[in-house]
Amino acid sequence: MIWEIIYICLGIGVAFNVLASIGLLRFPDVYTRLHAGTKCTTFGSIFICMAVVIYGLWRWHDGEKQMIALAIHSFFALIAILLTNPTGAHAIARAAHRSGIKPAKAIVDDLEGKND
Amino acid sequence: MNPFMITLVLVLISIAIAIIRVLLGPTVPDRVVGMDTINTLVIAGMVLFGAATKDIIYIDVAIVYALLSYVTTLFIAKYLEGGKI
Repeated sequence: MIWEIIYICLGIGVAFNVLASIGLLRFPDVYTRLHAGTKCTTFGSIFICMAVVIYGLWRWHDGEKQMIALAIHSFFALIAILLTNPTGAHAIARAAHRSGIKPAKAIVDDLEGKND
Repeated sequence: MNPFMITLVLVLISIAIAIIRVLLGPTVPDRVVGMDTINTLVIAGMVLFGAATKDIIYIDVAIVYALLSYVTTLFIAKYLEGGKI
């Protein structure tokens, strides 16, 4: 039962991570690559860390006393990913727009001339 | 075979695909996006390796790597904007 939950979390996580790298390779410009490369990896890495947290809690409940540290430290890694990754993506997008890169095939640029 | 190790191999394959974008990228922000993706995937891979070998030190390294790569990304973004650091 617990193994099935871990398998499902690992499957969702690794599927989103592989799709993120494929999208990073296939999309046309930097803004769409940001969509693929940061949002999908955030979601997938959260699910991978959740699988490790569930595994650690389960092993701890079955009597291996040192595995609670695995669960707690993986939870802190999840918090670190959740806080830092979207902020970094926002900073990259803002830097790309301010350094003058236009979106590919874009018709309307709502941020034109609003660089302050 | 350990399921965490199989997942780690797939994450390493996606890191290899992301390295292609870092090498090809026509502009500098493309390469920065590729490096940011690789950083997140390396964090996930370290957590998976720590779970596969039941060794907790790898997960501590993953936390520190996450915070340091965030600082690096903000630093490069500030440099690309042309502002003073």
